[in-house]
Amino acid sequence: MRAVVSLVVVLLLLWLAVWTVVARDAFLAVAGFIAYGLLLSLVWVRLYGIDVALTEAAIGGGLTGALLLGAVGRLRGTEAAARSERPGVGTRVLAMALSLGVTAALVLCVLALPEPGPTLAPQVARELPATGVGNPITGVLLAFRALDTLLEAIVLVIALIGVWSLAPDRFWGGRPGMRHHADPDGVLAYFARVLPPIGIVVGVYLLWAGADHPGGKFQSATILAAMWMLVQMAGLADAPAVGNRLLRAGIVAGPLVFVAVGLLGLWTAGYFLGYPQGWAKPMIVAIEVALLPTLVLVLALLMSGAPARSAER
Amino acid sequence: MTAETLIALVACALVGIGLYGLIVQPHPLRKLVAFNVMGSGVFVIFGALARRGAAAGMPADPVPQALLITAIVVAFAATAMTVALLLRLIESTGSASLAAEPPAADGEAR
Amino acid sequence: MSTEGGLLLAAAVLLPFAGMLLGVPAGGRRAQRTAFIVMPLGLAVAVGIAFTWLDASGPVVYVLGGWAPPLGIALRADGPAVAMLLAVAGVVTGIGLFARADFGTPKGSAESRAAYSYWLLLLAVWGSLNLVFVSGDLFTLYVALELLTFASVPLVCLAGSGETLRAALRYLLFALCGSVLYLLGAVLVFGAYGTLDIALLAQRVRPEAASWTIVALMTAGLLAKTALFPLHVWLPPAHAGAPPAASALLSGLVIKGSWFLVVRLWFDAMPGVVTLPSAQLLGALGAGAIFFGNAVALRQARLKLLVAYSTVAQIGYLFLMFPLAFDAGSGRIADGVALSGGIMQAISHATAKSAMFMAAGSIYSALGHDRIADFAGLARALPVTVFAFGLGGFSLIGLPPAGGFLAKWWLLSAAASSGQWWWALVLLAGGLLTAAYLFVVVSRALRAPDAPLVVAPIGRYREPATLALAMASALLGLVALFDVPGLPIGRLPAGA
Repeated sequence: MRAVVSLVVVLLLLWLAVWTVVARDAFLAVAGFIAYGLLLSLVWVRLYGIDVALTEAAIGGGLTGALLLGAVGRLRGTEAAARSERPGVGTRVLAMALSLGVTAALVLCVLALPEPGPTLAPQVARELPATGVGNPITGVLLAFRALDTLLEAIVLVIALIGVWSLAPDRFWGGRPGMRHHADPDGVLAYFARVLPPIGIVVGVYLLWAGADHPGGKFQSATILAAMWMLVQMAGLADAPAVGNRLLRAGIVAGPLVFVAVGLLGLWTAGYFLGYPQGWAKPMIVAIEVALLPTLVLVLALLMSGAPARSAER
Repeated sequence: MTAETLIALVACALVGIGLYGLIVQPHPLRKLVAFNVMGSGVFVIFGALARRGAAAGMPADPVPQALLITAIVVAFAATAMTVALLLRLIESTGSASLAAEPPAADGEAR
Repeated sequence: MSTEGGLLLAAAVLLPFAGMLLGVPAGGRRAQRTAFIVMPLGLAVAVGIAFTWLDASGPVVYVLGGWAPPLGIALRADGPAVAMLLAVAGVVTGIGLFARADFGTPKGSAESRAAYSYWLLLLAVWGSLNLVFVSGDLFTLYVALELLTFASVPLVCLAGSGETLRAALRYLLFALCGSVLYLLGAVLVFGAYGTLDIALLAQRVRPEAASWTIVALMTAGLLAKTALFPLHVWLPPAHAGAPPAASALLSGLVIKGSWFLVVRLWFDAMPGVVTLPSAQLLGALGAGAIFFGNAVALRQARLKLLVAYSTVAQIGYLFLMFPLAFDAGSGRIADGVALSGGIMQAISHATAKSAMFMAAGSIYSALGHDRIADFAGLARALPVTVFAFGLGGFSLIGLPPAGGFLAKWWLLSAAASSGQWWWALVLLAGGLLTAAYLFVVVSRALRAPDAPLVVAPIGRYREPATLALAMASALLGLVALFDVPGLPIGRLPAGA
């Protein structure tokens, strides 16, 4: 029975992927993509990657889908012009050949991979107790491969600077997006008043639970960022001005604290980003707590885009 | 054939489908969606390899799964930057076409 | 497993990023000041790493957190990495000095979007490049590639005009496609060999279908990011449309990041896997880039586009080293004169091309345009700038004592010793074509004008910075005269 369900999910996935790529209308493609993202989360559950499933559902399907949907609404008729630029049969045949070739090469490669596959799980199991956390993925992200996580936080900050730099000069330091106004008695405003407290509790719980169970700062930050965006979309709060010094400090606080903890590890344990005996868990929790505001701010601001109006209300 | 292998093979097809869309679709937003499909195919291959590496009491190898979380977040940042750039391009020129304009005859900055 | 002084590697990566992070809230003039504080510190770290490496008997290694690969991440610096670290530190400093003219925030003025973004992105590019050079882990290198892309793309459209936005979007899409192909290769590496560490991979890898697919995918992705012909279409509009301080960075340095990864992959990670025919293919594409880039450069009416197409051509030289590096006896790729030639070419091009873009930018500021046909009288109006431009071109052509000459000398001797004379012809023909368009520009500038040329004043720092980089590229070949241990670039058999 399980095999049948897996087969159905996988076939649906293939069909949705093709639909997303060849659909005529951009809106339909994006809608298909959102469904695809949610279905992908099921595939992750099947692959026993619960943390990844949470991240995919939240960021891959949720935030990315919302971002693309927002973009589709602002295409302003560029689709029709694009349709006239569709490549000719020759290019399409070549692209199809390339695509089939890559798929075939990958299939051969995957089938030729050694069985049983190489794995680092035993090593993780051996070293995990020293870090004090129970979730092996948190151990990998914040202990064994902490540099990747630090760099990832830096990637997000750089992406945000890059997005901000796209603003027209006259709106520099201003607020992104439009000022939203929702009917104060309507459903959106109602949701924006009721959901955020629940969302905040769930988000903070996910952060705390991530040390020993599936969860962690990325999933938590996404939920908190989503709550903030909901409040903005209902007009209950305005987007912050990007020139605000406090906002900017909040954005870089996470990676800077991460570097500071790394230096502390250098001083106490002899290695940058190392942890002294018995202190690993508190330091890891400190990093996660410090990174949370950064992630919330950056994820939400990446969704809002470049400043598009001046800072005055 | 195990479920993981089947999923991995399907993911290979997803990579191919995404690559086709990335090359063929003229509109940048469609290219971006295709890029995301392609990326998700790569991620699922990695995930299937992680499942294959189940050992030591864990249902899957945690190292690839941790790397996947990083990769998903980076892909989101890439999508956000592309969308911001595309919207700014449309706002500035009214067109989303990637075809190069013919060079200005007088060499002045535009 | 960490060696003495390995911590400097972590410092080399994190110093620019820390500077960037501190600059974000500092804002305005302080962001610029942060960059100028980081520059000498970064230079000092690079020099420190160089001295550490010279004292050590092997590569400088640092294991982060004490967790050794394959579980953890190691940073590793060998000869080529040390050379590139030094070169990038030097060129970034030169570009930073030049950029004060365009992006300096005078005391008391409000924060400007372009200036704020430029200084932060400059530091981000520097940190990302350092990470590319010293990272020993394939996934960390993927993050480094993304860092580099996110920092470079906004630099292209910093001016904000429609055409630059379009060029930036095209660049971003190419770069993202390249990254995802690279990641696909890295994923397969883990599935086949159980590690993402380059040194461990080199021990475990075998020539088989999996590894050939991996090399093909990763190389293809990196070629798209390096703009090797025929995947070069995004480069000329992007580099020509960016502000000159950004073009210098993009053409001189950013391109070398993804190229360096191809070198790492072919020479360090999978030397036993790559075959001579595939290297010949890379060389053929490089030759195509040289002929196509130079030919189109010759036909350009605008100086910045000419310099951009010249970059397309010079990237071709960077890939000629691959077929030339194959050892005739063993049939395997080997460290040798060809590798040294490639690294020297990269460094020489970095300095020369930055100087040329900076000179082109000064000319544009002074004249209000960059139409080559209207350059008459320029040599009298801006002698230092035109001289610097000429010096840069001199190095690109490959005349002694320039770095470009040394690079070509090494590549030619590799061609001679391996019997692949056709690449020697490509090298020489490329030099002639480069000389042709350099001659066109300089001779036009030397011509006496019909009416006196009106030039606007250009900033105080521009000319010295441009000249310094141009002289560096023109004199780089002199390093061969010194008996510096570890030269050429630390991997050459003695006496070559």
